[in-house]
Formats: sequence, C-alpha cells, structure tokens
Amino acid sequence: MIKLEGITRTFQVGDQPVHALVDVTETIAEGEHVAIMGPSGSGKSTLLNIVGCLDRPTSGSYHLNGRDVGVLEEAELTNVRRHEIGFVFQFFHLIPRLTAAENVELPMIFAGIPRAERRQRVTTSLEAVGLAARIGHHPDQLSGGERQRVALARATVMQPQILLADEPTGNLDSQSGRAVLDLLDQMNDAGLTLIVVTHDPKVAHRADRIVVLVDGGIERRVRGDQIGEILAMLAEEDED
Amino acid sequence: MKVSEVFKFAAKSLTGHRLRTGLSLLGVTIGVAAVVMLTALGEGARLYVVEQFASLGTNLLIVLPGYTETSGTFGYGGVPNDLTLDDAQAIARLVPAARRVAPISMANDEVAFHERRRQVAVLGTTPEYQEARQLDMARGEFLPADDVDRGSPVVILGAKTSKELFGSVEPVGKIVRVAGWRMRVIGVLAKQGTKMGLDFDDIAIVPVATAMQLFNQTSLFRILVQAHAYSDLDIAKTEVRQLLIERHDEEDITVITQDAVLSTFNAVLGALTLAVGAIAAISLSVAGIGIMNVMLVSVSERTQEIGLLKALGVARRQILAAFLTEAALISSAGGLLGLVLGWLAVRLLVRLYPVLPASPPIWAVVAALVISVGVGVTFGLLPARRATRLDPIAALAGR
Repeated sequence: MIKLEGITRTFQVGDQPVHALVDVTETIAEGEHVAIMGPSGSGKSTLLNIVGCLDRPTSGSYHLNGRDVGVLEEAELTNVRRHEIGFVFQFFHLIPRLTAAENVELPMIFAGIPRAERRQRVTTSLEAVGLAARIGHHPDQLSGGERQRVALARATVMQPQILLADEPTGNLDSQSGRAVLDLLDQMNDAGLTLIVVTHDPKVAHRADRIVVLVDGGIERRVRGDQIGEILAMLAEEDED
Repeated sequence: MKVSEVFKFAAKSLTGHRLRTGLSLLGVTIGVAAVVMLTALGEGARLYVVEQFASLGTNLLIVLPGYTETSGTFGYGGVPNDLTLDDAQAIARLVPAARRVAPISMANDEVAFHERRRQVAVLGTTPEYQEARQLDMARGEFLPADDVDRGSPVVILGAKTSKELFGSVEPVGKIVRVAGWRMRVIGVLAKQGTKMGLDFDDIAIVPVATAMQLFNQTSLFRILVQAHAYSDLDIAKTEVRQLLIERHDEEDITVITQDAVLSTFNAVLGALTLAVGAIAAISLSVAGIGIMNVMLVSVSERTQEIGLLKALGVARRQILAAFLTEAALISSAGGLLGLVLGWLAVRLLVRLYPVLPASPPIWAVVAALVISVGVGVTFGLLPARRATRLDPIAALAGR
C-alpha cells in the first residue's frame, strides 16, 4: 500500500523556489490501477519519482507497505527500487547494444541472481509479453510496440508489487499501444499495483481511479469511467 | 553481484560501442606511443652525445707549453721553456695520480708510397697514447713499448691514409716515406672519425723521438696525462703543475683538464636531459588531455544509461564499479597498445639510423602508463559519479 501524507517537493531554480508538489495526500491500495493526469508541469513526473523512490519529498511522509521510506538510507532505497518497484518509460530506454534477453536480464545481474535462474526468468518474462521468438533480437530490430513490451518484461522480471508507467503509449501507434495496455491490464488483474502517468484519455479510461494534478496539488479524484468530467475540466484549464 | 559480471557488463558496453571505444583506445594509444617515441628520441640524442664524449678518452689532462692568461698573452713576457720528453717521463715517475702519460709532437707532412703521396697530420707519441685516446687497430700493432727516446723508423697509418696509399695492397710491413724518411708500416688504425678536432682516419703516427728528429723540434706539442679516476683529476692537475713549475723555475705551462672542455659539454648534457624531461612532460600532458576529452564525451553520452540503471534498482556503487572497470579496461588496453606501437616505432628508427641509440627511459615508460591509466580512470569515473547523483528521470530525458 502506498500512503502519501502532505508531500511537498520544492526545487531551487536559480534564486526562485519552484513548488513542484504542494501538500499531496493520497493512498493507493494494493492491486489498484490509478491514472495520474494533468497538464504539463503539473508535477506528475515528480510524483512518480517520489513514489518510485528516485526522489525524496522536501516535506511530508511516504509509507510504502507500512514502512517509512523517508528515513531509509540510499542503499536501502536502492533495494526498494530493485525489489518492489518496476519502471516503464515513454522512450522505452532499452540499452541498444544488448539483446532483448540481455536487457531483461540486466536488473537481475545487478541483484546478484544466479545465471541459471536468470535464464529461466528471462524466458518466462518474455513469454509473458509474447516475445519469446524475439529473445535474441537487438532493440533496433524490434518495432516500437515490441520494444515497449521488452521494457515491460524488464520492469516486471524482479517481480515488483508496483509498476510505474510514464506515458507508456506516448510513442506508439494506437494498435501496438493497445497491445501494451492490454498487457498492463493483465498484470494488474494478476495483482500488480499499476500507476500510469498519461495525457491520453484512452489510457486513463482503463484505470479504476483518476487523479488529476494541477499546479502541484490534487485537483480532483474520479472513477475511471468518469473520464468525460476530467476532459472537460482539462479543456477549461487549457483555456486559462 | 560478482566481479566477473561487472567485468562482462563493462566489456559488453565497450564492444557495443565500437566507434567510441575505438576512438578512446586510439586516444590513449597515441598518447602513450608519443611519450615512448619522443622520450626515446630525446634520450637517444643525449646518449649519442655522451657516447661521443666518452670516446674522446676519459679523465684526461692536457699540458700545453706556455702560460695562457685570460688576456691570451704568454707567460711573463719571456719565451717559454721547452716542454720536453724528460718532463713527460718525470710526470710518469713522480705523479702517482697519473696512470698514463703520452707526450705528443705534431706536424703536417707528406707520406708517400711509391708514386702516391698524401699530406697528412704526423703525430709522434708513445704506446700510452693508444689507451688514453682509445684507438682501435684494424691490423698490425700500435707503437712498440720500448721506444720512448730511441726513435725507430716505424709508422702507423690512419684508415683513410692507408686506403689512399695502398688501395688493396697489404700495407703492414711495407716501407713508406714520411717527410722523406723511410719508415716501415707496422699497423693501420680502424676507422675512428674525428676526435677533439683531429681526424684519426687521415693520420700517420710515429714514435715521439722519431717525430722530433724528423721535424727538428725541441719542444713537445702537448703532454697527455690520464688520471686513474675522475676523482683523481684535480690532484693530478695540481701535482703536474707543481712538478713542471719546479722543473722550469717558472709557470710557463698550462694544464687543462678535459673537464674544462667537458664542463662546456656538461652544460650541453644538462640541457639535453632537461629537454628530454620537458618533451616527456609535454607529451604526457597532451596525451592526458586527449584521454580526458574522450572519456568525458563517452560518459556524458551515457548519462541516460546511468539514469536507467538507477531506476532499475542498480546501486550507485555498482554503477561506479561498472564505469571504473570500463575506464580501466580501455586505459590499460590503450596503454599497452601504445607501448607496443611506440616500441615498434623506436625499433624502426634505430634500424634506419643505427647511430642514434634511441630507447625510451624506463621512468618515462612507467610515467606514461601510470598517467594514461590514471587520467583515463579519473575522467571515466568523475563524470560517472556526477551522473549517478543526477535525478534519474532528468537523466533519462537526456537533460
């Protein structure tokens, strides 16, 4: 369970403090599917960074499965990222010199998992995203959709509880985007907590819950099927 | 995570970026090779000069008739006493620091074999001269030992003189005319080149007594005194001077050490050593900056990758270990390649110019390796360290 209380994150840009997040309080239950929406610069990525333990809040507390993440050392945070959180990015970020299998293997290498077990888990993960046949291909031999599926296999190979996806379909055509979203739904159905940052209503629509951020604060919480309200609101924002 | 895994990851990232790896490797290689080659050249030049000086003979004193003051005038106005064979023998007898004493008489005259004539320097001396001047024989013998004041009619010819006069005829045992006098050739010098301004290839050497009779001289041209060791040189100089002042009742001789000549050369040598050092320093810093640039570029190119690794739960220490391994691999591979390349180039140079004893000094080779690997690792690691501190999401965006 993710429990954020009064999270504020302030950056110093020159002399000017920039408040990326202001007093965000939110609880996300295990197995939930949450979409985070909001205009550019509303603090979506900052929130994702904090939830993903890549960044620390300036103030406020963050409990992950009952543990206060704010007091953890860097090494312990690394451990949390390694075992409890998976990341998927808009631009896939596969390492081009490594094959699909080697990209998926990467987090396991650094986690010190023995070779034989790595092999097996790579195969299982790639099968799960339907890419068993592409195991030895390099990223430049794969389509965009296939690359994102490899990235998805890599994000889940350490069997995390939480998957954070930053515009996972932002760089894909609608058909391969749909395939990736179907996979995400499948994983969510199997119990993975899924948090997706997106602009795309078609992506947000699938979520149980939509959280809308505006100027670093939570403006609105609605159910996934109430997407129409959100769109109207965001349209208003754009007019301002 | 095992060391071998880090190693494999680093090796894979090197083989995965052929062009960048190649360029980095080239940077280090050229840097190290340049240091090896340049210092080898500098050191070769230095050794060449040292060798030339050594071949002049070592620990030598030269006694000249006449007292030379800085104004260049002679003595106290009077005609200087002769420097005689007896003086030379007295030095040999009474100055313990003197190891060898060779009196020298000199003139230019004609040496003839049948119809062939040649104008050469005719030098009269004793057997000690051979050792003092380090003269090698091509054939025959140098002057006989028992002939200080007897004046036998024998002659040793320089290599060129012998060739010009005899061609392919065996010279040893033949009779030549030196300044009109019949003399038997008993030896021919090996090719020596010019030492201290005297061309030893075009010369005739006769016993000193013979030369003085031949040219009707009463005074020697020089007396060459060789001390036992370099440290004896000053004592020998003082003793020789005092002995001759006593014998002549006035200071009408000048004793110069080869030191006096060599002190000039020493300055030259010092400058050369300094030059080698400067060459090494410059080429090392050029190499270092080259390596630094390549490493900086390659790490900042990979900021994204570092961000990704962080997001995947790779610890800072592990990322640094991977980059350190990579930088160490490339720097040491480049360093070794550079050594081989530099060494080959030096060998080629030595083959083309055998006169130049070019070889890189050990300290320069060690410094080249240490600095190139050190710079490579430092500048591979420092930016990587900075990158691991960056916000991973910003790093991933390539910002």
